[in-house]
Amino acid sequence: MKSNWLLLIIAAAIAMPGCKMKNTASAVSGDAAARTYVAPGKYDELYNFVSGGFNGQVSVYGLPSGRLLKLIPVFSVNPENGYGYSEESKPMLQTSHGFVPWDDQHHLALSQTNGEHDGRWLFANANNSPRVARIDLKTFKTMEILELPNSGGNHSSPFLTENTEYVIAGTRFSIPIGNQESALDNASYKKNFKSTASFIGIDKNTGHMQVSFQIILPGMDLDLSRAGKGPSHGWFFFSTYNTEQASTLLEVNASQKDKDFIVAVNWKKAEEYVKAGKAKKMAAGYYHNTFNEETHSATSEIIKEVLTLDPEELKDFVYLIPCPKSPHGCDVDPSGEYIVGSGKLAALIPVFSYRKFEKAIADKAFEGEYNGIPVVKYEAALHGEVKKPGLGPLHTEFDASGNAYTSFFVSSEIVKWNIKSLEVLDRVPTYYSIGHLMVPGGDTKKPYGKYVVAYNKITKDRYLPTGPELAQSAQLYAIDGEKMQLLLDFPTIGEPHYAQAIPAEKIKAQSVKFFDIAKNKHPYLSAGEKATKVVREGNVVHVYMTAIRSHLTPDNIEGVQVGDEVYFHVTNLEQDWDIPHGFAVKHAPNAELLIMPGETNTLKFVPAKPGVYPFYCTDFCSALHQEMQGYLRVSPKGSSVPLKWGTGTEDTARAVAAR
Amino acid sequence: MNNKLSIVAKISIFLAIGCIAALWAAPMWRIDLAAPQYPEGISMQIWINDVKGEVDIINGLNHYIGMKTIHKEDFREFVYLPIALAVFCGLGLLVFIRNRRGLYYGWTGLLIGMAILSMYDFWKWEYDYGHNLDPTAPIKVPGMAYQPPLIGYKKMLNFEALSQPDLGGWLFITAVVLLTAVSCYEWKRAKSKTV
Ligand SMILES: [Cu+2]
Repeated sequence: MKSNWLLLIIAAAIAMPGCKMKNTASAVSGDAAARTYVAPGKYDELYNFVSGGFNGQVSVYGLPSGRLLKLIPVFSVNPENGYGYSEESKPMLQTSHGFVPWDDQHHLALSQTNGEHDGRWLFANANNSPRVARIDLKTFKTMEILELPNSGGNHSSPFLTENTEYVIAGTRFSIPIGNQESALDNASYKKNFKSTASFIGIDKNTGHMQVSFQIILPGMDLDLSRAGKGPSHGWFFFSTYNTEQASTLLEVNASQKDKDFIVAVNWKKAEEYVKAGKAKKMAAGYYHNTFNEETHSATSEIIKEVLTLDPEELKDFVYLIPCPKSPHGCDVDPSGEYIVGSGKLAALIPVFSYRKFEKAIADKAFEGEYNGIPVVKYEAALHGEVKKPGLGPLHTEFDASGNAYTSFFVSSEIVKWNIKSLEVLDRVPTYYSIGHLMVPGGDTKKPYGKYVVAYNKITKDRYLPTGPELAQSAQLYAIDGEKMQLLLDFPTIGEPHYAQAIPAEKIKAQSVKFFDIAKNKHPYLSAGEKATKVVREGNVVHVYMTAIRSHLTPDNIEGVQVGDEVYFHVTNLEQDWDIPHGFAVKHAPNAELLIMPGETNTLKFVPAKPGVYPFYCTDFCSALHQEMQGYLRVSPKGSSVPLKWGTGTEDTARAVAAR
Repeated sequence: MNNKLSIVAKISIFLAIGCIAALWAAPMWRIDLAAPQYPEGISMQIWINDVKGEVDIINGLNHYIGMKTIHKEDFREFVYLPIALAVFCGLGLLVFIRNRRGLYYGWTGLLIGMAILSMYDFWKWEYDYGHNLDPTAPIKVPGMAYQPPLIGYKKMLNFEALSQPDLGGWLFITAVVLLTAVSCYEWKRAKSKTV
């Protein structure tokens, strides 16, 4: 019987060669290629900042081309430019648990003014060693990293208020506050474990971050978050799971309740409580690392305390909204009126109304309390439910015409629906399990609304096989027509989680071309070749070096001994766009330097054996780049070879100086 | 015979002085360079007492082919030219006070003379920079000289060079044209009166 069926199927397949199952390649049609083609010499329309996931960095892609424009080192060391290896950048990765050269980078937030992206800064979270970074979009450089106390894992982060007043950082893993040791069982979890939502205040002018206050919440897992905007400005909404408060086998134990919560925090009220002195000072120890643009160096500061607010005591600034079932995304629409919860395990999408939520509080339409925090009635806050949208809703972004786009992990698709009518309008497959998605400006008051980008989790079949691990990928869809249209796949670095995108126009013109060498205040600056020298202080040797096309000064150094700590402070004298010089020493275990024009960078090298160590420029800088090299002579310890340095003999030195 | 200046000539003296005085506030000449690897272009402006613009970048590029680096301090012209122009402006006032047609012609001639001398000096300067190359230069192209065009466009290796008057230069030219035109007018007026 079985083989008969099989024969029949084969016969049918042969008889109908034109009748194939739809495959991935046939899904692209029409003018897709033309719409993503950016001709040589032309620019992309948008900068797409994509999180690097377990790579720890942030990558920048052009849209619609999908071309990789830049990798910005943030939480992981980066040998390409010596980030985390140079003496100047090492402090950026310092934490209360020492030097942490890696992290898990999930979400990004572009700074906003009046609810629109303003192109000043990009904020990035580190999930593992809880940290938040600020990247300056004039230089695409990480300028600041702030560690977070009392955080078990910084997942619900960084999300911004509409004028960049605060960036928030919510704990994913509840932990005992103050990092005390505790037994691991459900009873202990319920008693000792807490989650925190940190509100990091941002200086309007400099962007400097500081933990303004922390809200101590009951033990549960904060997942994602969004700030209110427009009418709901002043509120933050967090999704949360494991409100069951289980400590083990969460796969089962955290999916028992029919509804978890959206935690609504009135941060304006919290601010008032802090001003009124109602916050408690708590001892802490966490790092704040800042990069100085004038000294081209980072410094670390340890902060000793943090202000905390307890919503069990101060009753009226935190409320819970029931939300089915293990919500992941929690997204606020451009009008600020609708809050979309995405129950990962729910078969519908609940949409809440801010106005109704406000009224429910005024009417005291509560169904009870959860760990002392009032829970409003589900129906009282609900605008409505999107019925049968798909399986496993994760994230929602919005266009400029009142539509929402939700990613569905389980059913692997993007579904477009109308926010007011809650009607499903369109759906497209994503061919693999989608995580986050992004509409440029889709988290702001004014979405750009031309594209939606899907960021993948699994990419079978999209590219040539590359071993057991396949390339990570993103997919670009046009959303300016009635129907969503797949335009492009492009591979990404690490696991892309969330992303942000901004019109190139808002960034391009402000880009720093080079650092003004006249403003270089690095303590080991060599302002010109005449200022170069080698200074010995005990067993520490400071080499004041310059790099300019196409030589290093000095390029011959003698008198260094085994075991000396040699610091090469290399100043790039160039004052021209895109002329970095590199610097590497043979056997230096410390990566290299990549020094931007006008910058000073330091490579530490401790020679272990006597000999002659070549050093050279690693960035192909000019026609004579290959000649840009020199020698360090290392003598045995206690040797009498005097300290000596120079570039060229008398004659050629004069010739070089004359130029 | 009346050899006093017409009202037109009197006004022209102040206009010409104004044009020349503007040279303290506007560059005289500009040289623009472009190449595929410098899509944004590189340019240098010559003022009466300075060279400005991306001189450092040009110097950096020129070092491959052994051209001398350009430094403001190396030009005595930057001392003489402002003095000469200031004297010219002072003489203009004198022409106005003395109110003699002959002086006006002489004053016009002086400006034309200065213009010719300046261009000759500029050409010599360009010749020197383009030809007197460092014998130890890393790149030597047989038979190649790097003299930029005196005025107009020229292709040098992969670079395109465009040399032309800048705002101040155009004002200088305006002054020359104005004084020449008024001199002709005065000449004709004088002739018609004597007939
Ligand atoms: Cu180099």
